[in-house]
This record gives sequence, structure tokens and C-alpha cells, in this order.
Amino acid sequence: MSASGSQQGMTPAPKPEQQSPWAEAEGRLSRALRELGQTSWVVTVLAVVVALVVGAVLILAANRDVQASLSYFFAQPTAFLETSFQVLREAYSALFRGAVFDWQAPSAARSIRPLTETMVYSVPLILAGLGIAIGFRSGMLNIGGQGQIILGATSAGFLGYALSLPTGLHVLLALAGGILGGAIWGGIAGVLKARTGANEVIVTIMLNNIAIYLLAWLLQQQWYKQTGSNQPLSSSVDESAQLFSLLGSGFRLHAGFLIAILATIGVWWLLERSTLGFEFRAIGENPEAARTAGINVPKATALVLVIAGGLAGLGGAAHVLGTEYRLAGGVAGTLGFDAITVALLGRSKPLGTFLAGLLLGGLRAGGVLMQAQTGTPIDIVLVLQAVIVLMIAAPPLVRAIFFLPHADGRPRIRRRSARRKTEASAATSSARQPELQTASTSKASSAEPPSAESPSTSTQEPGK
Amino acid sequence: MKRSFKTRGTIAATAAAALLLSSCGEAPEEDGEGAAAEEVDYKACLVSDEGGWDDRSFNQSAFEGLEMAIDELGVDSADAQSTAESEYGPNVDTMVQQNCDVVFGVGFLLEEGLREAAEANPETDFALIDSYFNFEEGEELENAKPLVFNTGEAAYLAGYVAAAMSETGVVGTWGGIQIPSVTVFMDGYADGVERYNEDNDGDVELVGWDKEGQTGSFSGDFSDQTQGREVTEQLLSQDADIIMPVAGNAGVGAGPALEAAEAKMIWVDSDGYESTDYGDIVLTSVLKEIGQSVYATIEEGTQDGFSNESYVGTLENEGVGLAPFHDFEDEVPSEVTEAIEQLRQEIIDGDTAIESENAPS
Repeated sequence: MSASGSQQGMTPAPKPEQQSPWAEAEGRLSRALRELGQTSWVVTVLAVVVALVVGAVLILAANRDVQASLSYFFAQPTAFLETSFQVLREAYSALFRGAVFDWQAPSAARSIRPLTETMVYSVPLILAGLGIAIGFRSGMLNIGGQGQIILGATSAGFLGYALSLPTGLHVLLALAGGILGGAIWGGIAGVLKARTGANEVIVTIMLNNIAIYLLAWLLQQQWYKQTGSNQPLSSSVDESAQLFSLLGSGFRLHAGFLIAILATIGVWWLLERSTLGFEFRAIGENPEAARTAGINVPKATALVLVIAGGLAGLGGAAHVLGTEYRLAGGVAGTLGFDAITVALLGRSKPLGTFLAGLLLGGLRAGGVLMQAQTGTPIDIVLVLQAVIVLMIAAPPLVRAIFFLPHADGRPRIRRRSARRKTEASAATSSARQPELQTASTSKASSAEPPSAESPSTSTQEPGK
Repeated sequence: MKRSFKTRGTIAATAAAALLLSSCGEAPEEDGEGAAAEEVDYKACLVSDEGGWDDRSFNQSAFEGLEMAIDELGVDSADAQSTAESEYGPNVDTMVQQNCDVVFGVGFLLEEGLREAAEANPETDFALIDSYFNFEEGEELENAKPLVFNTGEAAYLAGYVAAAMSETGVVGTWGGIQIPSVTVFMDGYADGVERYNEDNDGDVELVGWDKEGQTGSFSGDFSDQTQGREVTEQLLSQDADIIMPVAGNAGVGAGPALEAAEAKMIWVDSDGYESTDYGDIVLTSVLKEIGQSVYATIEEGTQDGFSNESYVGTLENEGVGLAPFHDFEDEVPSEVTEAIEQLRQEIIDGDTAIESENAPS
């Protein structure tokens, strides 16, 4: 609703009661998102540390040997500690060997292969994560990475096996098809938001479902899958459309990784150096001010989701043309949702997203070996991811765990009691006027009407 | 502030008490491992598809086969659950790196990963459950064995029984996702109903699956029981009184719906009388002995007898079958059991062929 929403902001006195509780929650959400971008790197690193500790507890709890040694803890406490140490060392060293460098591998190529596997896993995560990050920076919660990846994969894969073209041209065309597929899917949400004010969270989630069933339907259609078999699997992508291998046989690392690097640089340039990126960030910070400054907010809103979708689509395309080579119902796995984790972890910055993509790719790659060698359930990897997100989403929690001072430098305890006091007085003085309360405490100019005060209430508010 | 310390103290005390209670056992003796003597030097490894080992369906049956081999043959093992399709290849590759003697892949989605690994690693044996390998013309690999099941044969018998036992003259079936390993059940079931009508001049109708047009009712996945119940209700409203869900865990959703409508269920894969909570409404089950075939393959391997010959579970080799009627033993008329016995023999002798485009081929 950014179009009509911004016009509403223009009218002299919008009434506070017109703000639905939804809009308020949304405003808070996007404020929280922006705060995320401002927290320090230390918190990110500590979040990973906490996740590893939580993971360690779970690994121990799930391990039968540890359980057994715990039952005679008092008779032989060393046994428990030794077993625990042993189990943890094995599990985490397997995670490391599976993700970075395997010193137990039979050959040199095998030793460095894990790192390349990490890179392979990270390609779609980085590309889709960049798309999500652009959305975050522009104040939009694009949950549709999954659908955009599926559409990218669906189009790129189809172009990859249905056409026959010379090598270079074919792969470029398939990649372009993937970008287009994702961009259209993101664009639907973007245009709906820009034109009608539809809530992008709901629209993108629904588009995810549509994409999943669209792919399932396509895989029943012989004209699409071109296999002659009844199985819901497509043909394999022609060799001319496959992303070329970077390290030769024995490795799966493909040119998609170069694309991911280029995309990271491109997104950095877009956000930090280009006018368009400035507009994106401006509508994320304060759409009202952006509009006043002459930015076409609806157009920028739609463009954000088109570009975000295009990046996710490119991720899907690289996934199919680089590693999977064929389409099946679950081709996207949980990539679209992991990409949100990647963007959050990377603080919505291009380089951060790139590194976060590598980290999550590493967890995926390492989890495979950890599971096979030590019998540690693969679910631990999912728990690690989840804990990381939880910690990143709650920086005060991490600070509390590590007794760090608050970002503004005040010690922790004093801050807490101080906040309690202000909260108490705030509750009595202005319980009836939450919007005005925000306005008076906010650092922005208080001359503007309250609805424009909280930066993205007007863009985030669902259509009425 | 005070309160939080108090809470913390309580938690600590509880934790300490729990530790104390659970930690007073005796340490085990250092020696005394008797079972190790008969262990064989063989490692069997299993890679699941996205369903995971607790899917109450084919992943679980395969895992039970592996567990049986661990217990009875003393083989070493490793297993990997895949959480996404992109993990199939790496999981298989990691298993090869773990020096497995045989690697099983569960489900047609692992076909490509297993085939490529088999080409690259002639020393390791590979077995694919529920699908054949897609070799190029004339290509053959010594170390790749498909384990497939012609469940249509057993479902044919189930369809006949269902038609014979139906009081309303309408029977039903529905599936999880429209894939051959599901629809082969439904094709066989449809043929069985058809056969009953031919032999007895009957007019029993089948709802939920049209074999001719290959269209029917599907719940959308193998896990959502609410959706499973929904589909079952739809078929019940069309008067069906015996329904066969072919949907793994989602099929359990049919239980409460059928119980409420006093209708009967035909279970698939395992004997539903034992594996579900709805034993008293399970008329019979279409059995698919995946665990048995996994065990048999491992056993052959330990005796150096692995061959690339495909294993096709049929009525003849009891790789598929019809479970006992259990609670309905007395209700099924003897002429029906006799007819079933005769049909079974006809199928084994090849006099009756179950034709289905979804059958393993």
C-alpha cells in the first residue's frame, strides 16, 4: 500500500485509530530488522559460539555412550567426562572435516574436497540470501525466497534440457531464464504491494505454495519433463547448459560460485554506490521522507522485489545447472528459508551475506560427514542454525549471556532497572496513545504527523 | 530480583536431585563383551530419502531390515538421513568414503546418485530400493542391484476382497502423491475390484482412482494426517465403506474417519493390524517386505554372494503379499478366501497378469 499509504501520510491529520494493530506490529518488526543491521559483529560470532555450545549439549544428550556413563556418574565421574569429551571431539571434528579440510582422507584431492563442497552448498544460499538482504535493507520482509528459487530452477532447468544450443549461449540463456522466472515471481508480490498495498509477507508465503504445486503439476506433464517415464522427475540438463566445473572431475565445484562472487559485488555496488540502491535504502529507512525527496516509492518497492526475486531465481538456476541437473518436487529443499537465515546472519550486508552463506553451506556439508561417521543426527545442524538465528534476533540475550555492556555503553544491570522505571511511567502516562508515545521518544522531527513518524508503518500496513 | 534467584535455586536443586538419582548406578566391568565373537567384517550402509527413518513407510521398513542384520548377522553399519534432495549425492558419496561394503538408497530419487557412485566405485556394492537403475542401452553394472516390488499383485487380491466384503457396493482408495510406487497399488486394487465384478456378475464401484485415465484422489504428501482424513471423508461421502489409503503416515488420518463411519480400512506396506492404532478396523493389508529384502541382500553380501540381479518382490517369492484378516477372520466368507487363494495361484502361474503402466519395469 505504499502508493496510497504515502498519500495518506500527506493528508494533514490521519487519525491514530485508523492504524490497525497489524500495522503497528509490522512497524515494530521492521524497526527490529533495522536494529539488527546495526548490531555489532561480535554478537554474530558469539551467537555461533552459543549455538555450538547448545549443539554440544544436544549431541551429548542424544549419545548412547554418554547416557550410559551418566548412569554411574558418581561411581566413576571421569568416565562420563572422558566419554563426553570423546563424543564431542569426534562430532565437531567430523563437522570440520566435512566442511573445511579432511586430514584423514586417503588422497590430497579428497582432503580439500570438503571446502569445495561447502562452496557448492553455499552458491544458492548466497544468491538467494542476497535477494532477501536487499528486501531487508528496503524495509521489506520477503519470505518468498523458496517460491522464487523454485521458479528460477523450473525455468532454467526446462530451458536447459528442452532447447539445444551451442555451449556458451545455452548456459547463458538458461541462467537468464532462471533470473526471469524468479523476477516474475518476486515481481508479482512487488507489484501487488506497490499497487494495492498487499502485505508482502502474506503474498510471498502464498506464492511459495503456488510455486511448489506448480512444479508438482509440471512434473506430471510429459511436455514439461520430457522423460517418457511416470516418475515425477524431469530429464537431465544438456551438457551445453551445465555450469562448467572449476576443478575438474572428482569435484562438484562449478562456475556458479563465480556467479555468487560477482553477484555479491554487484549487490554491494547496487546498494552502496548506485542511485537505485540509495532509493531502496531510503524507502527502507523512511518511505515518507523518501517520497518527499522525490523518490517514486511504488516503483522502487516493486523493483526491490523484482531484483530480489531475480537473485533468488539465479540461485535456483545455479543450483539446477551446477549441481542437481534435473528437477524433482523437492529441488529447492529448504533453501529459500535458509536464505533468510543467511541474510539475517549477514546483517543484510553483501559481504556478510556471502560469509554467512559459506558458514551455512559448511554446516550442511559438514553435517553429512558428521551423520555418517559419528551417527550424530543431521537434525543437530538444523538446531545449530535455529539457535544462531534466535541469538542474532535477540542481541540483548547474547549480551546477557556474555556479560557484555549494551551497545550504548551503559552497564547491563543499571540499564535494566532504568528501563523498568521509564516503562512504568510510560505505561501510566500514555497507555491510550501508543503512536504519539513513539513520536515523542523518536529522534525524528515531531512536526510530522504521527503515522509518518514510525518509518515504515505506511508501507507495511496491510490493505484495508 | 530476589524471586529470580529463588527460581534459579529451585532449578539447580531439581537438577542436582535428578543427577543424584540417575547417577548412582554401578560402573560396568571393563571386560565381558561376549557378543563380539561372531561379528563379521561387513559394513552395510543406508541412505534415506526426505522421509527419514521414522516415516512408517518404506524408509522405516528398510531401516528395520538393517537393524535386523545388525542384530542377527553382527554387521557394522552407518546410516544417513537426507533432509533435502541436494543431499542425496553427497550422502551416498560419504558412505562410500566410510568404506561401506554395500550402500542402500531408499526411493527412486536416489537412483542417479547411486548409479553414478556405482560407476565410479566398482569395489562397493549398491542397492536401490523401489526403482530400477536407468542404464544406457546395453550398459550393465556388476555392483548395482535394484530391489523392486510388484505390489500391484497383492493389491489385486486386496481389491477382490474389498469388493466382496463391501456392503454398500462402493469401495475407495486414495494416495499420497501421484508417483508410480503409489499408483501401482491403486491400479492393482482397481483390477481386483474389476475381477470381482466379472466373476460374480457384481456391480461394485471404485471411487478415488480411475485406472483408465490415471486420475484420482491424492492428499498431497506422505505426512499430513489432517489432509488424509479430509480425503477419506470425501470418499466416505460417496458411500465407500472399505478404503485403502496409500500414503504412509498421512494414511493414518483415514483411521478416525473410518472408525466414526464404521467403515473398514485396508492398510499398505506393513500389516496395519500391528503397525497402526486402528487394528480393529483393518480388514487386511497389502504387504511390501522391504525390510526382508534389505536383510536378504546384506546376508548375501556377507557370504560374498552379492549379485546385480534385480530382486522383484512378487506373490511367488513372498516379497509382496496379503496380510491375515485378523479380527475379520470369521466374517470373510470361505468362498472369498478360496477365490483369493485361487487368484494368488493364477497370478503366480502367470495365468492372470496384472497390467499397470506403473508396475516396475
